Amino acid sequence: MGNGWHGKLLRVNLTAKSCTTEPLNMEWAAAFVGGRGLASRYLVNEIDPAVDPLSSANKLILATGPLTGTYGAANGRYMVVTKSPLTGTIACSNSGGYFPCELKYAGYDLVIIEGKADRPLYLKIHNQQAELADASHLWGKTTGETEDLIRAEFHGDAKVASIGPAGEQMVRFACIVNDKHRAAGRSGVGAVMGSKNLKAVAVRGTGGVAAANKEAFRDTARETLKLLREHPVTAEGLPALGTAILVNIINQSGALPTRNSQCGTFEAAEEISGERLVQTFLKRNKGCMGCVIACGRVTRLADPRFSGSGEGPEYESLWSLGAACGVSDLAAIVKANYLCDEYGMDTITMGSTVACAMELYERGILTEAEAGMPLKFGDGNAVVKLVEMTGKGEGFGCQAGLGSYRLAEKYGAPELSMSVKKQEFPAYDGRAIQGMGLEYATSNRGGCHVRGYLVSPEILGVPEKLDPQVIEGKAAWAKAFQDVTAVVDSAGVCLFTTFGIGIPQVTKLINAATGSAFSEEEMMVAGDRIYNLERLFNLKAGIDPSQDTLPKRILGEPLPDGPMKGSVSRLPEMLPEYYAARGWDPKGIPTPEKTSSLGLA
Amino acid sequence: MQKLIRIEPSKCIGCKSCEMACSFRHRGEFAPSKSRIVNEVFMEEAQFITVTCMQCNDPWCLKACPKGAISKDLTSGIVEVDELKCVGCRTCVSACPFGMIKYLDESGKADKCNLCGTDFPECVTFCPTHCLKYSEEDLPLREKVLRFARTMKDGQGEV
Repeated sequence: MGNGWHGKLLRVNLTAKSCTTEPLNMEWAAAFVGGRGLASRYLVNEIDPAVDPLSSANKLILATGPLTGTYGAANGRYMVVTKSPLTGTIACSNSGGYFPCELKYAGYDLVIIEGKADRPLYLKIHNQQAELADASHLWGKTTGETEDLIRAEFHGDAKVASIGPAGEQMVRFACIVNDKHRAAGRSGVGAVMGSKNLKAVAVRGTGGVAAANKEAFRDTARETLKLLREHPVTAEGLPALGTAILVNIINQSGALPTRNSQCGTFEAAEEISGERLVQTFLKRNKGCMGCVIACGRVTRLADPRFSGSGEGPEYESLWSLGAACGVSDLAAIVKANYLCDEYGMDTITMGSTVACAMELYERGILTEAEAGMPLKFGDGNAVVKLVEMTGKGEGFGCQAGLGSYRLAEKYGAPELSMSVKKQEFPAYDGRAIQGMGLEYATSNRGGCHVRGYLVSPEILGVPEKLDPQVIEGKAAWAKAFQDVTAVVDSAGVCLFTTFGIGIPQVTKLINAATGSAFSEEEMMVAGDRIYNLERLFNLKAGIDPSQDTLPKRILGEPLPDGPMKGSVSRLPEMLPEYYAARGWDPKGIPTPEKTSSLGLA
Repeated sequence: MQKLIRIEPSKCIGCKSCEMACSFRHRGEFAPSKSRIVNEVFMEEAQFITVTCMQCNDPWCLKACPKGAISKDLTSGIVEVDELKCVGCRTCVSACPFGMIKYLDESGKADKCNLCGTDFPECVTFCPTHCLKYSEEDLPLREKVLRFARTMKDGQGEV
């Protein structure tokens, strides 16, 4: 179509083993931006929100945005949208690397995968030729092995997104890994793929993506890239130390959840910091396609116990497999991170589940016989072992594969799961950073930091410094950040660019690419529309607003240490204000006026 | 002196911005497979390597062309395909040992880097790390020599 879109979606029915193309609904593409928003619109239209996420009636949508595959702001993202088997909410997991752009270059904006195959298959896309191929020889292979084997038999330049053994076994937090080390990580999207007997999607695309207004697109891209190259976070912090720059910063802020959120500081934070990673295992920095930031860390282990190479760990993984488990053994954390990529598991839920198991063990609720090993906080080898057992589905690993909520519930202590809507929140304590507590409670996919990253203003001071302990105004900030993020995700732009750029630049890029004339206000309304669409799906899926809450520990146990000592989350005070800011009734239900004003009635 | 695109692989981040910029400029769309510059990512070795036409002094493609469609400008050093003369026979594609000239379906002609003709090379403009430089002098080479010289200097005691 020559305007950021191909206007085409690929529908793959695994039951019928058919691949067909359909015109993209361009009205929806305009109203819901693309990617996350557009795929959510399709999902709402095509599945019953009450469906069992692991049944053949659920669908899995791979979605690009109108900017995916172009330059200007790290525009290399795709999103996987489905109903989550971890949370029961709508899931949208986002990944970079090279696969997303390749999908676009093959000529598709969206891939909708439905039904269930009667045997393992993988999807091969070579430009306009799409077909399902046997994957029985790939079943049981790690994500890295799968990619190598598919490249050897299909195309040497194919880009591959696959599940590992964890997805095959429907581990509730299995992810979809592309380009070996990038992941559509959260909410168990890999388990949905596994439930469909789909091992991988391999793409070779030799076409392109056009822009409606080439000159305007190039000019805007140059402006945007300049902003990114000048901002201290995107030009200095992230390139120098990656997301791991946060370990010391968040620890010093008293907000690093340690030993299953029993404390807010970790005495050995320095040992697992970005600075230490540079001194030890870092080989070099890496960007995803079209990225100017290059927060990716190419690492290689040099340790008598462990070997391997790959990307990461990211900040959230250093925390989950490290501080959350009281582990300061960096080599063990790096190894556990590699294993999560190979088996295809979300590092945040994995580490947080190990942390929960450790607390269950230390409290005597979980015995050594049940766990098959002692699970003491601080034991890096135990983390590596439990990650491996979870990936392989061995012994106690089968229990860990349920995620922390179902695990803790089984042992009669669900309050020890540091999760919201059964998804573990990541590496910022909601007691220390009030806005983040609100974000966790109201995120449409359960505990999550990348729906409204209020750490940016509350800790980093971007775009302006907010006091993390103050609650006034946080509701409006949370709503605004969530709406901006919905737009940025949907466009196909990396969220990390939003330290340096915002809605003005993203709107200009979208307009130049698509030939539209959206105002910045209209873009923000689109973000609000996407957020409400997801909320309505969740309500119909039976996720009651009473679940807009935080674990008892975060609401009632004051932080025992660090600069934020004594604080608890003041969510009950912020939540009504948040509902009001969203135009929802006091019970958290979008009002008819709100939904009709957004065209969602 | 003639200017060339100088490449310093140690600065590359594997983002392929050069491929995007090149294809958008010359093919009117973001299509890395049609780019005249290639950025390869070797994850296992942690190496990112960028290659493009180095505008040979004695070009294989030029010598191979049966139609005399390829010429080298003596001032700029640019080796260029004259699309009016090119018949799309692909002899040059076979001749170039580096794979840096290719046949494009949509034009039916041979296509290669011409350093963006009289403009500044688009790939260099969009390279975020200055891994690519456009200069007369081989600056990456000079930097390597200097690094070596500094190492030598650091090893010298007081005289």
